[in-house]
Amino acid sequence: MKLYEYLAKQMFAEHGVPTGNGILCTTPEEAEEAARKIGPCAIKAQVLVGGRGKAGGIKLANTPEEARERAREILGMNLKGYIVDKVLVDPQIKIEKEYYVSITLDGMAKKPLVMASEYGGVEIESVPHDKIVFEHIDIETGLLPFQAREIARKINLTGDLADQFVRILTGLYQAFRKYDAELVEINPLALTDGGTRLIAADGRFNVEDDALFRHPEFPRVEEGTELEKKVRAIGLAFVQLDGDIAVMANGAGMAMGTLDTLAYYGGRPANFLDAGGGSGVEPTAQAFDALLGTKPKAIFVNIFGGITRCDLVAEAIVQVKKAKGIDVPLVVRMVGTNDVRGREILAEAGIQAYTDMGEAAKAAVEAAYGKGA
Amino acid sequence: MAVIIDRNTRAIVQGITGSQGQFHTGQMLAFGTNIVGGVNFKKAGQQVQGVPVFATVHEAVEKTGANASVMFVPAPGVKDAAFEAIHAGIKVLVLIPEHVPTQETMEIMAYAKRHGVRVIGPNTFGIISPGEKCKLGIMPNHIYKPGPVGIVARSGTLSYEIAFNLSNAGLGQTTVIGMGGDRVIGTNFVDALELFNADPATEAIVMVGEIGGIQEELAAEYIKQHVRKPVVAYLAGKSAPPGKRMGHAGAIIEGNRGTYQSKVEALTAAGVKVAALPWEIVDLVREALK
Repeated sequence: MKLYEYLAKQMFAEHGVPTGNGILCTTPEEAEEAARKIGPCAIKAQVLVGGRGKAGGIKLANTPEEARERAREILGMNLKGYIVDKVLVDPQIKIEKEYYVSITLDGMAKKPLVMASEYGGVEIESVPHDKIVFEHIDIETGLLPFQAREIARKINLTGDLADQFVRILTGLYQAFRKYDAELVEINPLALTDGGTRLIAADGRFNVEDDALFRHPEFPRVEEGTELEKKVRAIGLAFVQLDGDIAVMANGAGMAMGTLDTLAYYGGRPANFLDAGGGSGVEPTAQAFDALLGTKPKAIFVNIFGGITRCDLVAEAIVQVKKAKGIDVPLVVRMVGTNDVRGREILAEAGIQAYTDMGEAAKAAVEAAYGKGA
Repeated sequence: MAVIIDRNTRAIVQGITGSQGQFHTGQMLAFGTNIVGGVNFKKAGQQVQGVPVFATVHEAVEKTGANASVMFVPAPGVKDAAFEAIHAGIKVLVLIPEHVPTQETMEIMAYAKRHGVRVIGPNTFGIISPGEKCKLGIMPNHIYKPGPVGIVARSGTLSYEIAFNLSNAGLGQTTVIGMGGDRVIGTNFVDALELFNADPATEAIVMVGEIGGIQEELAAEYIKQHVRKPVVAYLAGKSAPPGKRMGHAGAIIEGNRGTYQSKVEALTAAGVKVAALPWEIVDLVREALK
């Protein structure tokens, strides 16, 4: 889960990383008040989408009255689908140079990875590889001061600025560990005050979803479409796509393989849905119902029961059929644990089930677009 | 023959008293696995499926000589349970649970490496060796047959599909390894390829991969340099849009990394035949074994 910039900076500040000490505001009047304390400021929309500056989500103000007006313009804006309801009023700073520093989780090395560069202020992907310093951290020992000094040297920071950088990186790593982050990033890490001070001018802080149970302090920010949020709330993995054959499969790999197989036969999948390992009748029925709500041209259910019991999936489908009716063509493929019983339950409700995945996928494409599609 | 586990494996179940633990202990026993005990601190002295429950892993190891553990504890308890198992001298650790925080997985892997412990998972269906009648995991028993094919997979259900098709075609398996769908895992393609390459009973290797990460690309590099047995692959996620997490934490295309195309190209360049559809693996394996 991504944290808003203001929260990211709050986490930084807690760990001794200097930020602009901005003030979070939800009304133009609060912004005016904040600007009185801060002086010339930047009004920054608090949304979790990139490119907010270009989209008009960041504006400068030199007086409290200007701050109020700019905040009035930004609050309520629709930035790529997100309505702005908070702005951060941050002091304007004069930036001499922009650095970059981040910590991520490197899956292959199985270690946290520090990336730093003296070419910050742009997306890190656009910085040439040889201008980035990469340093893995041993998770058992943590970030050691010598590593931080070495990184400072490699990005050409010396003297007092190097000391500042070591403190910043150390604090960043502590925050990264404490809050189970999957990414912490300061970009730009701004050199300001006439080249004497480094501060985090912007920040990203992504807490790993699987660790959120330990961090109730963060407000939940759900990303995605309304439908995605609705299905995920049931506890299932779901991604909306732009096709018209709704898909339900069990297991992430099988769900992906099902989309690919439909596409292979000329079908356009409407979604990815992992109906889960061992989900009961009720969540499965809810998920199926949500798929129906998207008005697809056909629904394709592909179940290879392992931990998932075919009879329960069949019951869920029949439950929806009885309660609401299924008014689009439905193709079911069902093998694995309790599959004979599952196919019986479906047959009793007038739904024929396939055992072969390829035949079923072809049938689903034909059901959606007619024969010879 | 088999890799990692065999008929001499003496396994315990951590989290044996939960509903998943109880059910799958029964299934593993039914397959023939030598489950010698379970662990639950508060329920020591009880029995589950006729298997004694011990208070700690240390106690279980002392009394049974266990050398492997399969884990069904909830995600927040996995780190503690894994450290307990490694500390008690367990040498093969199968972590079934999903949603283990990645930083904790990293800590587990570092500790396991220091103690020479083989970890499979987390977020895995486990490992099974049909000819040795040994399985540590949650896969359906009836779809596997003994035979010459080694399978290593990131996905559970998709590997069931492929194992099922292979078995129906008379192509049984030496060992099937579930790597797990998380970003940080204990045993990856390269590790499995190394093991299968050295196993005299394995005559062909099937990789079941997916989009995201660069494990398949690294595997291709390893195959080119070291593997002298035929390898075939199926990769899921060809039609997945970039930037979306497709169910598995690791299954996301970020920038130009981890795409279907880059994986197919890397594997093909290493001489691996890549199937377009899951069941085409059968013909590719048959061809390879000629």
